[in-house]
Amino acid sequence: MGLTGEWARDWVTDSAEVIAQNRVALITLDRPIGDGDHGENLDRGFQQVLAKLDGLAPDATPADVFKLVAMTLISTVGGAAGPLYGTAYLKAAGAVTGAPELDGAAIVAWLTAARDGIVLRGKAESGEKTMIDAWTPAVDAAAGALADGRTEPEILDAAATAAEAGALATEPLVARKGRASYLGERAIGHRDPGAQSTALLLRSAADVAAR
Amino acid sequence: MKKLINDPKNVVLEAASGIALAHSDIVTVSMDPLFIVRKDAPVRGKVGIVSGGGSGHEPLHGGFVGFGMLDAAVPGPVFTSPTPDPILAATHAVDGGAGVLHIVKNYTGDVLNFETAAELAEAEGLTVRSVIVNDDVAVKDSLYTAGRRGVAGTVLVEKIAGAAAERGDDLDAVAAIAERVNAEVRTMGVGLTPCIVPHAGEPSFTLDEDEIEIGIGIHGEPGRERIRLEPADAIVDRLLPHIVDDVPFVSGDRVLLFVNGMGGTPLVELYIVFRRAAELLAERGIEVSRTLVGNFVSSLEMQGCSITVLRLDDELTELYDAPVQTAALRWGR
Repeated sequence: MGLTGEWARDWVTDSAEVIAQNRVALITLDRPIGDGDHGENLDRGFQQVLAKLDGLAPDATPADVFKLVAMTLISTVGGAAGPLYGTAYLKAAGAVTGAPELDGAAIVAWLTAARDGIVLRGKAESGEKTMIDAWTPAVDAAAGALADGRTEPEILDAAATAAEAGALATEPLVARKGRASYLGERAIGHRDPGAQSTALLLRSAADVAAR
Repeated sequence: MKKLINDPKNVVLEAASGIALAHSDIVTVSMDPLFIVRKDAPVRGKVGIVSGGGSGHEPLHGGFVGFGMLDAAVPGPVFTSPTPDPILAATHAVDGGAGVLHIVKNYTGDVLNFETAAELAEAEGLTVRSVIVNDDVAVKDSLYTAGRRGVAGTVLVEKIAGAAAERGDDLDAVAAIAERVNAEVRTMGVGLTPCIVPHAGEPSFTLDEDEIEIGIGIHGEPGRERIRLEPADAIVDRLLPHIVDDVPFVSGDRVLLFVNGMGGTPLVELYIVFRRAAELLAERGIEVSRTLVGNFVSSLEMQGCSITVLRLDDELTELYDAPVQTAALRWGR
């Protein structure tokens, strides 16, 4: 069974909860290599999305939900994360516009579009210690799971697991984008907060799909 | 944490209300979306200039709104870029029909949010140009970093571009002047103590009692190295060569020397720094023809300073000298 608009709403609700729970953890990751505001900003953004969720039409598609998330994050998060996540959700919406249900191919399509949007906006590549290092493994793993004929929840689970591994793998990297790039070698040993929040959000998407 | 605040969540809005009340002769403040705008905006036929960025650097940028400098400033949360909506609203508010220039410090968040706002403004029929300020020589400009940061030199870009707009230059000319200032200005800073972001409640980094950060950014981001505290002259001797040798500035050049306080260092110490910097420039045959000393780009309560050198020519000198009437810079009017 494909992922419905209801799944998308539940994902938003769960995301807001997960980000709130991890607010301090994300701030703690961001402080040594950024400016310590990632958890604060993302929490503020998702709480705003949550407040607007009830305003959606009952038959809102996943793309409608993605678009609401995009516009709200762009206008409330600030920092680098606002435009980057905003672009990701906006491109994700564009990839599945009009579809009432998302099958495996559609999931891979929106994950890919989201990743490509972040690459375009942030001009980052893999291995630069950014959220791309969680997104790209997630896209690849989802595509692999689709090719293996897995179900929609399994595809999202594969994406989330790869994103978690990707976030962990940013720890030994030197950053080449964002504020962490000013640290040079001193960034080694710290996990990228954007990669970590990506892993949290994709894990949430998988958990909600598996319910 | 000891701060003169009420609720950390209200710091930016309450400060904006204070600015509105304290400088009602110069600016008006839109509270939602939040931006500070010149009282007589939009000035018909004049290029509008908008800058902005995280709060906590006051008087940057709101203190530089007024005749001869910025038309609007968009304050974000403390140390966090504003979102595109208030930038877009400020852009509309200052558009007098001659286009709008965005002056953006080179920080990833600021660049992404201003870029998004500029795209939205263009889509709504406005003409927007953007100039990215990146004067901080502490960061090596390479493919391996987000590039040089925009720091204290931003004040000089805003002053001189503002004067160019005020004398009636068109958008391309104002943008070109701003680019020229950015090409001729170099800065490097030193941090002695960390600062505390109000909603974080604890320092964003730590320095030992006798430790200083050479090349620190305006949010306390690290620079080149951490060393033991030294006498002021020795610190200036470390900073100035990086600044002067970068362009480079050479014997016979005329420059503006700007010593900027980070917020927690008293003026008496800034003058000690200024004295040594002026000596070193004189030794190199570089003539200091304009000067600026004080807290203009602060980092909350951080102790430390930055040294900025801008190479002047006749036109840049004339534009720097041109009348300005803002909360934080005022002369000739």
